[in-house]
Amino acid sequence: MDVFQLLWLIPALPFFSFLILSLSGSKFSRTGVGVFATLSVGISALITLIIGIQFLSSPPAGHFYEQTLWVWFDVAGFKPSIAFYLDPLSLVFTFVVTFVSFLIHWYSIGFMKTEEGHVRFFAYMNLFVFSMLMLVLANNLLLLYLGWEGVGLCSFLLIGFWYKDPYNCYAARKAFIVTRIGDTAMMIGLLMLVKNFNTLDIASILTTAPQTWSPGASQAFWVTILLLGGAVGKSAQLPLQTWLPDAMAGPSPVSALIHAATMVTAGVYLIARTHVLYELAPAVQTLVAIVGAATLLIAGFSAIVQRDIKRVLAYSTISQIGYMFLALGVGAWSAAVFHFMIHAFFKSLLFLSAGVVIIAMHHEHDIFKMGGLRKKMPVVFWTFLFGAGALAAIPLITAGFYSKDEILFFAMASTKGSTWLWLAGFVGAFITSVYTFRMVFVAFFGEQKHDIHYKPGISFKIPLIILGILSLIAGFIELPHTFGHFTPFSDFINTVFPAVQLIPEKEGLELTLQISTAILALFGVFLAWQLYMKRPQMVARFKETGFGKRLNDFLFSGWKFDWLYDTFFVKPFVWLSKIDKSDFVDRIYGGVANLNLYFNKLLSATQNGNVRSYVLGVALGAVIALTIILFL
Amino acid sequence: MIYVPANMGLMLAAILFLLGLIGVLTRRNVLFILMSLEIMLNAAGLAFVVAGAHWMQADGQVMFIFILTMAAAEVSVGLALILQMHRHHKTVDTNVLNLLKD
Amino acid sequence: MTLVYIILILMFGGLISWIIAGKNSSLAKGIALLAVLADLVIIIGFWISVYDKFDLGSQQWLIDYRVEWMPQLGISFHLAMDGLSLLMTALALFLGAVSLIVSWNEISKNLGFYLFNALWLIAGIIGVFLSLDLILFYFFWEVMLVPMYFILAIWGHENRRYAGMKFFLFTQLSGLLMLIAIIALYFIHGKNSGQYTFDYFALIGTSLSAKTGLWLMCGFMIAFLVKLGIVPFHSWLPDAYTQSPTGGSILLAALMSKTAAYGMLRFVVPLFPEASKTFAPVAITLGVVSILYGAKLAYAQTDLKRMIAFSSMSHMGFIMVGIFSFQALSYQGTIIEMIAHGISITALFTVAGVIHARIQTRDMDQMGRFWEQVPKMGAITMIFVLATLGLPGLGNFVAEFLILTGAFKSNVTLTVLAALGLIASMIYALVILQKIFHGERRKEWKLTDLTPREVLAMGCLIVAIVWIGIYPQPVIKTAQPTVNSLEQNSNNTTFVNDTGPTNKMTLKNGDENMTMTRETSTFFLSLNKKGGGK
Repeated sequence: MDVFQLLWLIPALPFFSFLILSLSGSKFSRTGVGVFATLSVGISALITLIIGIQFLSSPPAGHFYEQTLWVWFDVAGFKPSIAFYLDPLSLVFTFVVTFVSFLIHWYSIGFMKTEEGHVRFFAYMNLFVFSMLMLVLANNLLLLYLGWEGVGLCSFLLIGFWYKDPYNCYAARKAFIVTRIGDTAMMIGLLMLVKNFNTLDIASILTTAPQTWSPGASQAFWVTILLLGGAVGKSAQLPLQTWLPDAMAGPSPVSALIHAATMVTAGVYLIARTHVLYELAPAVQTLVAIVGAATLLIAGFSAIVQRDIKRVLAYSTISQIGYMFLALGVGAWSAAVFHFMIHAFFKSLLFLSAGVVIIAMHHEHDIFKMGGLRKKMPVVFWTFLFGAGALAAIPLITAGFYSKDEILFFAMASTKGSTWLWLAGFVGAFITSVYTFRMVFVAFFGEQKHDIHYKPGISFKIPLIILGILSLIAGFIELPHTFGHFTPFSDFINTVFPAVQLIPEKEGLELTLQISTAILALFGVFLAWQLYMKRPQMVARFKETGFGKRLNDFLFSGWKFDWLYDTFFVKPFVWLSKIDKSDFVDRIYGGVANLNLYFNKLLSATQNGNVRSYVLGVALGAVIALTIILFL
Repeated sequence: MIYVPANMGLMLAAILFLLGLIGVLTRRNVLFILMSLEIMLNAAGLAFVVAGAHWMQADGQVMFIFILTMAAAEVSVGLALILQMHRHHKTVDTNVLNLLKD
Repeated sequence: MTLVYIILILMFGGLISWIIAGKNSSLAKGIALLAVLADLVIIIGFWISVYDKFDLGSQQWLIDYRVEWMPQLGISFHLAMDGLSLLMTALALFLGAVSLIVSWNEISKNLGFYLFNALWLIAGIIGVFLSLDLILFYFFWEVMLVPMYFILAIWGHENRRYAGMKFFLFTQLSGLLMLIAIIALYFIHGKNSGQYTFDYFALIGTSLSAKTGLWLMCGFMIAFLVKLGIVPFHSWLPDAYTQSPTGGSILLAALMSKTAAYGMLRFVVPLFPEASKTFAPVAITLGVVSILYGAKLAYAQTDLKRMIAFSSMSHMGFIMVGIFSFQALSYQGTIIEMIAHGISITALFTVAGVIHARIQTRDMDQMGRFWEQVPKMGAITMIFVLATLGLPGLGNFVAEFLILTGAFKSNVTLTVLAALGLIASMIYALVILQKIFHGERRKEWKLTDLTPREVLAMGCLIVAIVWIGIYPQPVIKTAQPTVNSLEQNSNNTTFVNDTGPTNKMTLKNGDENMTMTRETSTFFLSLNKKGGGK
């Protein structure tokens, strides 16, 4: 049997599990629900693995496989299908999604043990996995949009999982609406594509577009910029990044799965998927790089001053996706995907570890109230440390080093790159290692400030350990020129992408760049140690000064973007709806009715019932009539 | 036979009519209003007669007889109504009897 | 004859349940429901039997039933069914049945008369969907109005008289303008061709000067715009939707507004192809304004039913945009939107009714955290809230996407503005969900979850909306012949009277009509005006 025919099962299994859980979840036992949901995703992951091995050993013709289930609708030749498209790019995403989801589901069994609404939780999680898989496997952009909105919905539902707290509802709503703004831009982009090509089939758009549009065509410009709108919304990039820090209101596994590993990278996937269009619009591609560079700096600076462990991680996610955008923008497609994969491992690991810490500390999020956890929770400490190392790109031993280094090198050396872009990434890398190890040192070192009441069980530990190992070793499948030049990952995925165009004279810089980044990362760790362990009073004193305080507030609030949007969009809208609640058009009609009533009163005043005044009226009328007849 | 110029006769009719009208407008008692109405009817009748005489046509007299009949009928109905009015409302004052008011 | 039976079954069903209700109220309800369901079975059976014919795509009309009614005036009793009217009839019956089921226990006062009105209302709606004689169409248009007025004014909520009067004035006045346009069209056609008739197929070829065409079209449009609730003619809508009993709100929002959309597709575009082209920018603008303004108003409301009413108005904007883009994609989108919106609005009004039945208020400021007590209701509401905000996989998304795709081909700027409605719809739709089911508990209520009867009704709606969301092809296929002829029609800027073999056949029948002298025709004109004015 051809294993590729099992492709549809990959999204279908989580979906069936969602259906079963939402219809009859209450009939399962408490752990039964979790195990059932986990297994469904696990089998999906297994099928992905089998298909992946098959794909590697004997790739299908043309390096893609397409499976059509049914035609969604067919109007005037426009004919999107419910169909899946498997190529190296979607395979990598599918693999990461199913595998990380599986581990996070597993972890959630323990995490949700005592929470109420666990059936709902697992049902939503399964729905999310389904939607995400639809997103990455869709063969046309409309089906991709289905997955795209589906993950948005699940993100909304899961951020607001603890629905009793209005703040969580607010955060959920904010996430959904802000991403929807991007989605609407994307929708308009899709409309443009339909208008131009009368299809949304990705493969055929990507082959037709270069034939119809010359590079720099205005159509290509608009389409890509609109799709970029969707991407920045979902991936929390500038200027739509404001929802992600608030999205941390959801349970930690949700943050790990949706707001770190998978959904927020959908934008990266979208741009990578439609890379041909972006190459036709060089201006927009540069914009992608600039957006990435700006976001990674802004988010990185905000992360330094956060106190909530999950918010630190949220800003670091925004910042890391900024790196991916930077890579996309300079045409280093495979580097972006590679960083996506590594990031999925280490960031979900960080969130999951943070989740354990938060549970252990009675839902305490503030890192300054933690401390000394290293001794009490050794496993979590080490896994967190691995994740943090990968995030900070500690040289040689962590996966993050390899992925981030590749991006920085291409930012400099690609024909689309520039020194400025590299510099942004370089500074970003330094900040990353500072805030990452600030978190590590403050939370896990020093003296213990709180008792912990809870030791993580085995179901917590195993996923953490697996992800921890991956965060260390996963980088070895893509080694740079300077060490060994062992590149199975990019060889595999470059059947989809064109290779990066390098500027020849900058190629030689690779080693120099690597060494400087490595030193910088280590210096960042050292600085964090100095500032937050050795001399915390220095930071405190700086915060006391007027400038320091203002700077701290500014960064803490995420560069005041929330304030900006509140003032310019939210408040005017709310104000408008408040003053016009009862609809001024209705008032106009009400006015007409009142006018009629007024005339009615006026006329009925003559009906006073006094016969003699009627007679007078008749007589006067007769006189007037006669006058008119006789004299005019 | 004394010849009376037509416009004199019409003038008289007009004066009579005005007197009647003033009566209708100023009187509050329905009975007097009715009487004033009769005067106005007679003024109209007089005008017919004068006109008939002026054009040497019998139509004027015919119309007068017609008006006379009609006035008689009207008075009988009117008086009956006034009687009923008095019976129901104990008054024939039009200022009190303003039930037609909106 | 099938078409006549469909209408007669409803009318007789209504009469019988009125008579019986005094003695046995549940039997009366049973009979009313049975009548609707019987019709539904007939129509679905018919649909299945003709389903394969739609592949050929040549023959638009499936049934054409015509007898002379008042031949002297050129009025005939002419019912016909094509794919579009088939879909609309099926929708009317389906949602009619749902509306009866969900308001099963709501009406106790004067039950028989309520059932009579409900069934006659459905009959009127179906009559509108089926009639192809303009006078007959107008007749059913009025048949629909009166029972609705009674339902609203007798069984409505606290402010029912005001709402009923407003509803009646708006629809009646606009209906009269349509009548004037119909009669004017009749005379112009009669003068041009010597054949005085109200028959749709005959009138469809009437050549009109640009100005006359525009005026006559405005007569029709006013009636339809009012009933559709498009800005600035929507003022009656929130009051009527809010004050109706649940069943009435459903019939009003889900079905009656669709008669207007149907009227535009069936009459305005084919009868006045050039005028509607001229009018299109205005129409689309009005649609866009409705989308955005309706959404904004919906967001501001605290009365649940009023909010749903404004959300409905916002979606009707999409229908306007769809119809006046004159693209096959957007026509199909419009038809799907009519169905999907009918289903989702029915569900939302049901939820509002269900909540009102339990806590006797519609004020959302007094609700909150209902999920804790009634998760089933919450989950079902969520599905339809998501449908309202256009989540892919549910019917409304397919509809709105197709509409926007079509509209984008004809007018980019306005389409972009219409697409902003997607954001706006999300803003208010989430309020419904979160204010009622999430957040803080603002007041202690004792709530009971949905009863099996309600779950059954909602289950049907869920199946329908998901079906349209993931496999709308049967609907598209059924509507295809109609859409083809609409598209062909709007593509011919200089319109010629050859829209197919069926037309010519009916024209032959129409030839027997007498010709009228100018005097008699003027006489009848004044007579008709007086008759309509009463």
